[in-house]
Amino acid sequence: MSPLRRRLLFGIPLALAVAGGEAFYVILRRMQANNYDPHALPSPLLGKRPPSFSLPGIAGMQGFANTDLAAPPKPMLVNWFASWCVPCLQEAPMLAKLAAGGLTIWGIAYEDDPQALAQFLQQNGNPYQRLAADASGTTAINWGVYGVPETYFIDKTGIVRWRYAGALTDDVVARYLNPLLAKYS
Amino acid sequence: MRRWLFLLTLLPALALAQDMVTRDGVTMTAAQEAQAEAIGDQLRCLVCQNESIEDSDAKLAAQLRGIIRQQVVQGVPPRRIMDYMVQRYGIFVLLKPPVSPLTWLLYAMPALALALGGMAWLFAARRKAAPPAPLSEAERARLDELL
Repeated sequence: MSPLRRRLLFGIPLALAVAGGEAFYVILRRMQANNYDPHALPSPLLGKRPPSFSLPGIAGMQGFANTDLAAPPKPMLVNWFASWCVPCLQEAPMLAKLAAGGLTIWGIAYEDDPQALAQFLQQNGNPYQRLAADASGTTAINWGVYGVPETYFIDKTGIVRWRYAGALTDDVVARYLNPLLAKYS
Repeated sequence: MRRWLFLLTLLPALALAQDMVTRDGVTMTAAQEAQAEAIGDQLRCLVCQNESIEDSDAKLAAQLRGIIRQQVVQGVPPRRIMDYMVQRYGIFVLLKPPVSPLTWLLYAMPALALALGGMAWLFAARRKAAPPAPLSEAERARLDELL
């Protein structure tokens, strides 16, 4: 066996193993830093308007339709949640903080019970300016919602610019929401 | 006698009724259920992500199964039902990804692997060492001496 061949036979598998290890390391590091979620899906709604819908209000609040989202005076969030959802409970303080900071948030209660929802709002505060109920979950399917909570960022022209599946945390707000607000305000 | 005759005319209806199945809130013929299952088998459950919506116990999967069955009963072609899902959830909902620029590398992989293997084999064959040169007179003499 020539020395070159011997070196290749040893070196190529070693290089492949190193490259594979490096790739796994990068993926795990990014997952750890909340910078990469392998379960996250890109939303087909990005760059489009929400599909046609009209949902009634719940818990004494006014509901809304897709036409109400056509041209908001400033960028806003639509937050899908439910009183039975644990991550929704976790993100409640963040939504309260954002609402207190002047951000418009409209909520859609996903397959929720009016009484349980009223109790949830009483205990965790109500960050929503409007609150609609999707009792059947049909509108959620039309939006491509696959779990709660999900948050949609809608710009002043009524176009969906961002969808986040999961609870909003300080990290998510700093990494995604604040730059979007700076860009579209 | 008349009554019996009347009951006899009802028999085919009974056979037809037995052929009906109800699943996820939709009543349809067994053939329609089979068609709906064939569609659902190709769609990913968004909640569990590694199951088809036919296999999944998630509530969303049950709702999507219901929608597929309603559309099958209405006579919507399978292609349109798949488009309905892709429009809402993106191509990730398809368990078999379509051929697109994003998936070219994926689909080219078997051919690439075969080509790479063929090249390695060709190189190995070409590099096979030439047979050693015949022994010279001196070498043969030395060999005889040793043996």
